[in-house]
Amino acid sequence: MAGVGLAGVGKAYGAVTVIERLSLEIAAGEFVVFLGPSGCGKSTLLRMIAGLESVDTGEIHIGARRVDTLPPGARGVAMVFQHYALYPHLSVRENMAFGLRNLRVPAHEIAERIAAAAASLEIEALLDRKPGQLSGGQRQRVAIARAIVKQPDLFLLDEPLSNLDAALRVRTRLELAQLHRRLGATMVFVTHDQVEAMTLADRIVVLNAGGIEQVGTPMEIYLRPRTQFVATFVGSPKINLLPVAIEAGVTGNARARLGDGTVLDTDVPFPGQGPMTLGLRAETVCVTAGDDAATHGTAEVVERLGERTLVHILLGDGTRIVAEDAGVSSVRPGDRIGLAIDGAAAHLFDANGLGHHRAEAG
Amino acid sequence: MSARRDWRGVLFVAPYLTVFVVMLVVPLAMGMWLSTTKSDLFGTERWVGLANFVRLFGDAIFLQTVGNTFTFVLLTGPFLTLAGLGLALVLNRPERWAAVLRTIFFASTVLSVTVVTLVWRLVFLPDGGLLGVTAEALGGTPIAFLNNEKLAMPAIAVTTIWWCIGLPMVLFLAALQQVPRDLYEAAALDNASRWTTLTRITLPAIRRTFFLVIIIEVILQFQLFGQAQLMTLGGPNNATRPIVLFIYEAGWRQWELGYAAAAAQVLFAMILVAAMLQYRLSSRRAA
Repeated sequence: MAGVGLAGVGKAYGAVTVIERLSLEIAAGEFVVFLGPSGCGKSTLLRMIAGLESVDTGEIHIGARRVDTLPPGARGVAMVFQHYALYPHLSVRENMAFGLRNLRVPAHEIAERIAAAAASLEIEALLDRKPGQLSGGQRQRVAIARAIVKQPDLFLLDEPLSNLDAALRVRTRLELAQLHRRLGATMVFVTHDQVEAMTLADRIVVLNAGGIEQVGTPMEIYLRPRTQFVATFVGSPKINLLPVAIEAGVTGNARARLGDGTVLDTDVPFPGQGPMTLGLRAETVCVTAGDDAATHGTAEVVERLGERTLVHILLGDGTRIVAEDAGVSSVRPGDRIGLAIDGAAAHLFDANGLGHHRAEAG
Repeated sequence: MSARRDWRGVLFVAPYLTVFVVMLVVPLAMGMWLSTTKSDLFGTERWVGLANFVRLFGDAIFLQTVGNTFTFVLLTGPFLTLAGLGLALVLNRPERWAAVLRTIFFASTVLSVTVVTLVWRLVFLPDGGLLGVTAEALGGTPIAFLNNEKLAMPAIAVTTIWWCIGLPMVLFLAALQQVPRDLYEAAALDNASRWTTLTRITLPAIRRTFFLVIIIEVILQFQLFGQAQLMTLGGPNNATRPIVLFIYEAGWRQWELGYAAAAAQVLFAMILVAAMLQYRLSSRRAA
């Protein structure tokens, strides 16, 4: 188990920069998720740590060792690939033993490690099968078991859940979290799925266009997105973004004036007069029939999710907003409805996309 | 309903089936029938049963052509397979030089047998040929490869390998490019050496192509004709006379069509047995 240090790491393919001089410290035993859209460089970064991509600039350390000049096999890492990369002609047992044999681990120790990993992942019955005889979920477990037997300093997981069906994905996600707790190993996990990131990570690294947008715990990322990109990428449904005019409120916090004239007092310290973008998560905009409505609009689409209902609303100035209502909602498309907005939970984003949030408690 | 559906299904396979029957099954059956007759260009004289086959197996020249053909297949088949694999392994790279070399190695395949044998006759010619001139320059005596009973067949084999190496190389290249890249990456992370990667990852992954190439090469090389006809005319002393040349001469020089057809059936049986054997072996290993 070892921490990982990236110092000024950069990578370009010709004129195209895929990773811009990026620095990051991952503590030993930490579960870090690289989250970002397709093409943001998250897989490339993972592969650079693994040694499958060269590093143009900067240094990578795993524990106290500098590894960016070492071949992949000498870095003490194990990787779970998106498509598992199991050797198709070898049995599950041989797949797990392959790396250990290359390291000349004694046969009895290989057998012990395989038995332990197989028991831990409940794949004992599959040990003599070939990968082609396994289901997707079983292959996934074998791929993880193959990584575990190596007892690496660092686990790298490249979108390992993306090929599983929805139910299996949720189950494997849970098992991965348990596995991490049991092994106490350092894990770096790449995904574009924010739910995986939020549920698994000790810390999330949000990447965009080859650079880090924000590093933080899942709730930091959700509640205090550093940029408009992070706010937009994390959270479902997508955060509502409305152009507003900002003025100082009576408490010294920002007061936002929406396009339809609605005035909303936020808890965000007044950042200065001028146009900004107001960020409102759907759960902070609630359908109300009472006189606490801050504004009104017309329901366009009603999405019933069971435990809650999402209502897409057209405001008076033509902007659209997504609000939340109870699971059993009487709202129908075309209804004119009132909206209660929790100004204390509002975010503001300036012209550069930088986020302004309410002062941290305590 | 199902009967009607079955009838319509036949329509889909009918075009292929028609060509297959008319172009392959009928000629094959006619050839088999012909092999049991005494025939010439003017027609069939009489039915002779297995007499042509009995005569064939007592014909020393025919038996020699069978031996020659086997020797040729053994000289070329394994080498073409292994060299094709070697070239593919070396040239399976994205660099430009590899693309140029791939083209060069494949280029010989598109040449006609006439051109190929002409070029190689100029190489083997003792008087002024490439090897002759080289031998003289090194102070040696030029060797008349194509007039030497022991060396003529290897010379034809070398010519054939040069001519045919492109196909196995391309088949192996296609197979290598189908091996998922992440297997190699997993192997790199698993500390596999180059040799281990070749023997434990690459070769098992292209096993099917390996057997396919062997089967194709055996079938192709059993049918040796043009090179022997153009380079040595089957000589010296029948040392390079293959079965197909024997069939050609029996049928179109001596007009013994029944006898030639019988020899053709023997060749057909040999190729069939060899191909089935390879197929059986490959399926057993794959299982």
